[in-house]
Formats: sequence, structure tokens, C-alpha cells
Amino acid sequence: MSEFLSKLEYLQFPFVRYALIVGVLIALCSSLLGVPLVLKRFSFIGDGLSHVAFGAMAIAAVLGLTNDMPLILVITIASAILLLRTGQNAKIKGDAAVAMISVGALAIGYLLMNLFNHSSNLSGDVCSTLFGSTSILTLTKGEVWLCLILSVLVVAVFVLFYDKIFAVTFDESFARATGTKAGLYNLLIAIITAVIIVLAMNLVGSLLISALVIFPALSAMRVFKSFRGVVICSAVLSVLCSLVGMLISILAGTPVGSTIVAVDIAAFGVFSLIGFLKGNLK
Amino acid sequence: MAQLTCQNLCLGYDGREIIHDLSFQVEAGNYLCILGENGSGKSTLMRTILGLQAPLSGKVLTGDGLLPQEIGYLPQQTLVQRDFPASVWEIVLSGCQNRQGFRPFYSRDEKEQARAMIDKLELTPLMKRCYRELSGGQQQRVLLARALCATRKMLLLDEPVSGLDPKVTQEMYAIIRKLNREEGITILMISHDLHAAVEDATHILHIGHTVFFGTKEEYLKSDAVLAFAPGGADK
Ligand SMILES: Nc1ncnc2c1ncn2[C@@H]1O[C@H](COP(=O)(O)OP(=O)(O)OP(=O)(O)O)[C@@H](O)[C@H]1O
Ligand SMILES: [Mg+2]
Repeated sequence: MSEFLSKLEYLQFPFVRYALIVGVLIALCSSLLGVPLVLKRFSFIGDGLSHVAFGAMAIAAVLGLTNDMPLILVITIASAILLLRTGQNAKIKGDAAVAMISVGALAIGYLLMNLFNHSSNLSGDVCSTLFGSTSILTLTKGEVWLCLILSVLVVAVFVLFYDKIFAVTFDESFARATGTKAGLYNLLIAIITAVIIVLAMNLVGSLLISALVIFPALSAMRVFKSFRGVVICSAVLSVLCSLVGMLISILAGTPVGSTIVAVDIAAFGVFSLIGFLKGNLK
Repeated sequence: MAQLTCQNLCLGYDGREIIHDLSFQVEAGNYLCILGENGSGKSTLMRTILGLQAPLSGKVLTGDGLLPQEIGYLPQQTLVQRDFPASVWEIVLSGCQNRQGFRPFYSRDEKEQARAMIDKLELTPLMKRCYRELSGGQQQRVLLARALCATRKMLLLDEPVSGLDPKVTQEMYAIIRKLNREEGITILMISHDLHAAVEDATHILHIGHTVFFGTKEEYLKSDAVLAFAPGGADK
């Protein structure tokens, strides 16, 4: 018990508080976006876009850019738009297109790094895109603020455009046919998705961001049957899971990203069970 | 100018032509029934009119200041994923989306209208239910209610009564008739039900082997009616 209390004193350290804040914010944003993304069959977009960002990083390294953020953002947003906009009419459907871009970007990025980058720590670079280049425990105040501002923006956009996001997710051709600017709203979803993914990839890594996009939405869908119910449940669940995951990782000294994912998986199990019982008891 | 004009439309997929050189006009307040065999291109024509797919050649023009935001649409099939979480209420309300513009959230008026459509189509007991757990006919009624919410000047219906029981079918026709006669809403309806078509429609478009466009009276006197239903519309 006393050991537990002494570990809780970690909360006094600013870097621990920063990690908690950023973790919760990213969990919130990605779970909100996760619902339409999963429903549009774009579960793997987190993975795909973070690989694109990795490819962009390689290009920036080859070009010798010191500040690679703008280039990464531009390329990632462009790919997100390409993927999400072509949507329903595309010859290559959602999941296949994401897989193609994802694997392609990863391969090209790795190739470029191999050809032009003579740093010895190549596998380290690759590994850091998977698990986060800045460890979530070494965040600076500036990064926390950036994350805070972008999260507020994403949540605001999501709430203000909630009805439109539902309309274009549920039935894009009806929305288009009856004069809703479906293209514009798809573009909006694509842009905020890309922004969140680039942000989160640097902070928590692409493994975690995929999990944060997929798991809360899928868990909520086991139990809730309305769009609103799923969105709210998914957001609450995601925030709780990431908090619990981070606390466990601090107390038990386990890696942050994988611990959060493990908690998300456990929650998915519980929700599946609830959904199953609910269906059978009716 | 007519509310809707189709000029020398050629429709098809991947360069293969299904409809060749089709021209017709729809005036405000008309009730046009589109007839034709399976695969003759009726749904394709409707999607082209709505701008969901491009014609191979030709033009679709709108007049009378008709905006896309004033059109309601009932698709023949809606490929909703099996696990999509959406309640009946959310779907019907989403029909009001097109008048929202950039304003967030639905107004009280819009909610009341959605409520009224739900009552009209006897969906009230199902309001909180999940769409994917409804029967085929119930789903059709939900989508009809959504289409009615979106309609202000023109309503396009692709086989609206398929899957409905006889009672609801009659009510459906009555609702459409009332919209057309009392509120002056233009109706374009694809149907295989010649009787109903002949009863309410003002104009008929028949596509397929024989192409015909004209008023109902002209259609009943023409040969096209024989091609579609051997024995005619016995009326
Ligand atoms: N996405 C598509 N790609 C290629 N061909 C298509 C496509 N959709 C329809 N077709 C073809 O176009 C033709 C017309 O199809 P359409 O759906 O418009 O027929 P329809 O008149 O609505 O038939 P029904 O009475 O069965 O609803 C058919 O021969 C069909 O094979
Ligand atoms: Mg059809």
C-alpha cells in the first residue's frame, strides 16, 4: 500500500501530468473520429497514414530539411484526402486502398532511408514511428499546448458538424443527391483525421493510434445501437481506458502505448460479453 | 423553362450504352411515372438526374430555380452495412440535413417535421429501434420517411412500394398523391405497378425496347403499353 502511494507521487512530476493530459486528449479525438472511420471501412487509416507520414519523413531527411513537420503534414493530409474522397465511387475499395498506400509508403520510405541516410540507427528510426518518436513521458510544455489546441479544434469541428458527419457516413449518395455537400464534409473528415494522426504519431506512435481509432468504436458498437450512443460511449470509454492504461504503466513500469492497447482489448472483451448477454436476455 | 429537362441523354457504363438519345421535360407539379423492364436503365436514369453519375453524353438541366437541396430521393437499394448503429429517428431526421446548410444542429421545426413523417408512416413504435434490426418493409418505410423530410419541390422514388404490404402500399400511394395534388410537389416515380401508375400519374416515360414519353392518355392509346403489359392496363 505504501509502495502504491509512493508511486502515486509520480503525479507531482510535470512530465507525468503532461503525459496524462496528452494521452487523454489524443484518446478523445481519435475515438470520436474512429466511429465514422470504422463505419466507412477505414479502420486502418491510422496505420496507413502514419506510414505515409514515415515515408514523408524519409523524403524530408533525403532533402535535408531541418523542420520536416510542414512537409509531413502536407503529404499526409493529401493522402488522407485521396483515400477518403474517392470513397464510394473508387475502383479500389477503402480497405484495399489504405493497405496499398500504407505498405507502399512504408517500403518507399525505408528504401529512401537505406539509400540516402547514413545514420547508423535505421531500425531505431523505424521503431520510433511504430511506438512514438517522442516518448510520451518526455513531452515539452509546447507540445502539450499544441496538442491541447488541436484537440479542442477537432472536438469543436466534430460537434458542430455532427449531423453532417452522420449523414455522409450513413448514406453518402442520398446526402449527395439531396444537396448536402458530401465532398466538402468528407474533405473535412480527411483533414482532421490526418492532423490527429500526424500529431499522435509523433507523441504516441502509430501502433497506439490505430488501436485508439478502432477499439473504442468497436466496443461501443457491441452494446449501443444508435449513432449518438456509440459516439458518446466510444469517447468516454476511450478516455477511461487511456487513463487506466497510463496509470498502470506508471505503477507497473510497463510501456505506455502497449499498456493502453491492452486495456482497450480488455474493455472490448467486456463490451462484447455485455452485448452478447443483452442480445440473449431479450 | 421546365423544372427538369433531359437533353439527348445517352447513359451507360464503361462506354457500353444502355439508353440512347433520350429527351424529355418535366414541368413543376407533374407526376411522371417511369416504366420499363428490369435492366432497362431506369435506376441509372434517376441517378443521372440526381447527379450521382455522369451521362455518356447529353445534359440534365434544371429550371424554375430548382436546387438540389429541394429534392427528396428514395434509392432502390441502400447498401447500409450490417453493423451500422443508427436509430430510426436519427435516419429520418437526417433527411432534413439538406436545409441545414452550414448551421449546426437540427431546429425544432425540422425535428417536428421528422416526427410528423414518422407518425404518417406508422413508425412511431419503432422510433428508438436500430435500423438494421427492422424487417425489409419497415426499412423501406424509414427511408421513405427520410425522403419525404428532404422533399420540398421534387421527389424521386425508385420503386417506392417494393416490399411493402398492401395496406401500406395504398397509404404510400395516397401520401404521394396528396403531396403532388395539394402541395404541388413534382413526382418522378419508377414503378412496375402499371395500375397505380396509370391511376395517379400525369405523364409516362417508358424506356426499354420501345421508348415512349407523353401524357398518360397518349400512353394508353399507344403501342408501348402493349409491349409492357400484354393485355394493356385493362382500363
Ligand atoms: N455499376 C454498374 N456497372 C456496370 N453496369 C451496370 C451497373 N449498374 C447497372 N448496370 C447495368 O445497367 C443496366 C441498367 O441498370 P439499372 O439498374 O438502371 O436497371 P433498372 O431499369 O433500374 O432495372 P430494375 O427494374 O431491375 O431496377 C443493367 O443492364 C445493368 O446490368
Ligand atoms: Mg432499378
